[in-house]
Amino acid sequence: MAYSSAEQHHEPHSFWTRYVWSQDHKVIAVQYTITAIAVGMVALVLSNLMRLQLGFPGRFAFIDANHYYQYVTLHGMIMVVYLLTALFLGGFGNYLIPLMVGARDMVFPLLNMLSYWVYLLAVLVLMASFFVPGGPTGAGWTLYPPQSILPGTPGSDWGIILMLVSLLIFIVAATMGGLNYVITVLQARTRGMTLMRMPLTVWGIFVATIMALLAFPSLFVSGVMLLFDKVLGTSFFMPAIVSMGQALSYKGGSPILFQHLFWFFGHPEVYIVALPAFGIVSDLISTHSRKKIFGYHMMVWAIVMIGALSFVVWAHHMFVSGMNPYFGFFFATTTLIIAVPTAIKVYNWVLTLWHSDIHLSVPMLFAIGFISTFLIGGLTGLFLGNVSVDIPLSNTYFVVAHFHMVMGVSPILVIFGGLYHWFPKVTGRLMNETLGKLHFWVTFLGTYAIYFPMHYLGILGMPRRYYAYDNYAFIPASAQQLNAFITVAALIVGVTQLVFLYNLVHSTFRGRPAGSNPWRATTLEWQTPETPPGHGNWGAEQPEVHRWAYDYSVPGMAQDFVPQNSAVAGGGDDHDQTVVKAAPRRGRKKT
Amino acid sequence: MALAIVLMALVAAAVLFHFLSPWWLTPLASNWGQIDTTLMITLAITGAFFIAINLFIAYCLIRFRQRDGHRAAHDPENKKLEGWLTGLTAVGIIAMLAPGLFVYAAYIDPPADSLVFEAVGQQWQWRFRFPGRDGRLGVTDSRFVSAENPLGLAPNDPRGQDDVLILNSEVHLPVGKPIKVLLRSQDVLHDFYVPPFRARMNLVPGMVTHFWFTPTRTGRFEILCAQLCGVGHFNMRGYVVVEEPAAFQAWLGRQSTFAHGATRTPVAATGAALPAQGKLLAQSRGCVACHSDDGSARVGPSWKGLYGKTETLADGSTVQVDPAYIAESIRTPNAKIVHGYPAIMPPFSLSDPELAALIAYMKTLSDKTVAQAGTP
Repeated sequence: MAYSSAEQHHEPHSFWTRYVWSQDHKVIAVQYTITAIAVGMVALVLSNLMRLQLGFPGRFAFIDANHYYQYVTLHGMIMVVYLLTALFLGGFGNYLIPLMVGARDMVFPLLNMLSYWVYLLAVLVLMASFFVPGGPTGAGWTLYPPQSILPGTPGSDWGIILMLVSLLIFIVAATMGGLNYVITVLQARTRGMTLMRMPLTVWGIFVATIMALLAFPSLFVSGVMLLFDKVLGTSFFMPAIVSMGQALSYKGGSPILFQHLFWFFGHPEVYIVALPAFGIVSDLISTHSRKKIFGYHMMVWAIVMIGALSFVVWAHHMFVSGMNPYFGFFFATTTLIIAVPTAIKVYNWVLTLWHSDIHLSVPMLFAIGFISTFLIGGLTGLFLGNVSVDIPLSNTYFVVAHFHMVMGVSPILVIFGGLYHWFPKVTGRLMNETLGKLHFWVTFLGTYAIYFPMHYLGILGMPRRYYAYDNYAFIPASAQQLNAFITVAALIVGVTQLVFLYNLVHSTFRGRPAGSNPWRATTLEWQTPETPPGHGNWGAEQPEVHRWAYDYSVPGMAQDFVPQNSAVAGGGDDHDQTVVKAAPRRGRKKT
Repeated sequence: MALAIVLMALVAAAVLFHFLSPWWLTPLASNWGQIDTTLMITLAITGAFFIAINLFIAYCLIRFRQRDGHRAAHDPENKKLEGWLTGLTAVGIIAMLAPGLFVYAAYIDPPADSLVFEAVGQQWQWRFRFPGRDGRLGVTDSRFVSAENPLGLAPNDPRGQDDVLILNSEVHLPVGKPIKVLLRSQDVLHDFYVPPFRARMNLVPGMVTHFWFTPTRTGRFEILCAQLCGVGHFNMRGYVVVEEPAAFQAWLGRQSTFAHGATRTPVAATGAALPAQGKLLAQSRGCVACHSDDGSARVGPSWKGLYGKTETLADGSTVQVDPAYIAESIRTPNAKIVHGYPAIMPPFSLSDPELAALIAYMKTLSDKTVAQAGTP
């Protein structure tokens, strides 16, 4: 669908078509963001309830073992799928892709709108499971059969069915959105916006979306089959079983097959969340340190490499699952190979800081915080990816600490950084800096207080997903004190998120006016004629791009940034030209 | 500036925490010292990267903070530096991966002379089986599982007749001999995890998995389930007693075989008071996974205050909790279901002395009495 300035008159005028049944990518992005934050708050509360039990076992009578496992499950599933995936792709992707590539909207606006409403339906179905008999499923977010559909697991009647149905609906929504994002990037870039001129944010979201389109089908089929096993009594994943003294009629299915299908989705999912974070944080660091991103080329290839490799590492989640043991060699090797492009990204972020001009704004604080938490989370991945080291650590608190650092906290810090960064474009106002800094410090330090010691509980051998640890002789009493400390830290971090919410709401109406480009950034979204951008984004004429996204501190220029649509001569476009002209890279002389 | 100081402080705190932490590996009790070594290599290499990169960021934050009149450098690409860093990373990765793969190759290759035994998981208890004099385990199938044949051995398989069955949650093993553990589950996924052994593996219904280790010191070690297996997961306890081979053989000799209608070793042998025996029994048979002793809600009714109480059943009728009712509820759990609880308890075949011990224990948890105490 081609846009032209003549289509400006399609701008909707009624409240309903403008803010509710809107096909404008910016409104849909805000809808996605608000819904994801809302459901994320539910998951945050669930995590704090879990921590109450772990820190002060038995003190809160309403948290019995059933509830505990339900909190564990819903917390994990909401955070991974309904918050992180939805917010990065549906929120940031929706808002930023058209603006950053100079498009007027997504290529399929109606489909885009449907994507949000179907996502909302998925959220509502999931939330409904809190109110059905037996409550939501307590099978753990991995939903491993046979346990997830058998008595003995909370919510094994209605809860699991609603969980699976909600996931299937979510995948429909993600597919509708994902097709849009990919095709918009490929087809709707404005004049001069070559692929290698795109900001890394777009690269990250673009590759993550392609991965989502390839990975979610695997979850879809496993969800359908598990639903059939539950509702129709098929035996895709169910062998002959004697459950609670009853011989069941299942026969011949494979529980391990489910794990393969689940992690064929589940591991790429980690990078579906991580790659947009990588992209966004690259742009935050470059913008706020006033310096071009170090090794743009490598950064793009690292994103593509990670995206591709992440499809051949899934069984590192299954080293002790009972799968063919020879898989261990292959999956340990691929997993450690993926560390190379990931390490390159970390190096390039910190090398961007070298000889830069660091402005420690709130988005930058979160970006630096991300490097630190991602570093520790990535490094602990080398323990768990290396099969023989994984054996004693598998399913202990080391795993909990690892994945929260690498794909919980780190992407969340980027989301916060991104929200503080782009909020002025969305609303035309700045968020309060003092509250933002308070939010950063408590969240960042709290993260270390919560997760750093957990690694050591895992090395000790404390298994995860335990409701209580009484009378285990190998666990010293001091571990309980440590758990109480972690709980207090988690509660403080949890409450501090209210400061963020307050800041978000308050600044929307009362924030200081931001102007069109408060961070003096180069990328196109900051060059819109109006702030917030109007319907169609660009007024009469779409921008024309003359340079890549990272012309910061170009020598000889009056300002320390040159917008991508500026036609002025000079700047770092030499890098870009090599790609356009496909000049031989080796031995090329810099001018 | 504050952030730089905080990052340096975090690095210092992390290093301090590492060296002062009372939470560390349990003392090794198996041959898998190599796993610990690989862990330490990984820790050293990743620790160095953690410290170096955080400190580098801190340095940049101070050195290149925003100052008036200062402008960022317009660095060209630095392919050479990128090449070096990539190479350095690759070397670090290989230094961790290579030893790891060698250890793993040993891990999946049990010695031919291993002593074989089987651990069977069921929500939420452990049971065990040793091959008898013929050195072979008999065939099993879930079709054969019943209260009398809880491990599901084929009744007509001659190889299974002399299998030694351990129908409680404590197993003995000889020190210094390679052990190959065969793992079987009757219901859901479980995981046989003894932290000091390091080695472990999932139990998967429908198939037999295995792993091996050599116990290197004697002692009594806890078996944990480390794969979420439902609401009683955290209480699926067992014990491995590692002892001298002679003591192990003597213990094995005292156990019953399948052909001789194996039952559990009577707890009364310990000579402890009856309620204390009952408490041990409740733990070893997995009762505590579902029935608390402190009134807290679990899968089934708490035993606190249960004895002598009048329970309302699912059909609305009432029943007093007396020894006869308790015996029935254990041996045929679904005959009477307490209102509000699911009918998920498997039948347990307890001997009369065991039942008496359990009831004695339940009495201590209640201040009520039963008018005419019948004998079960």
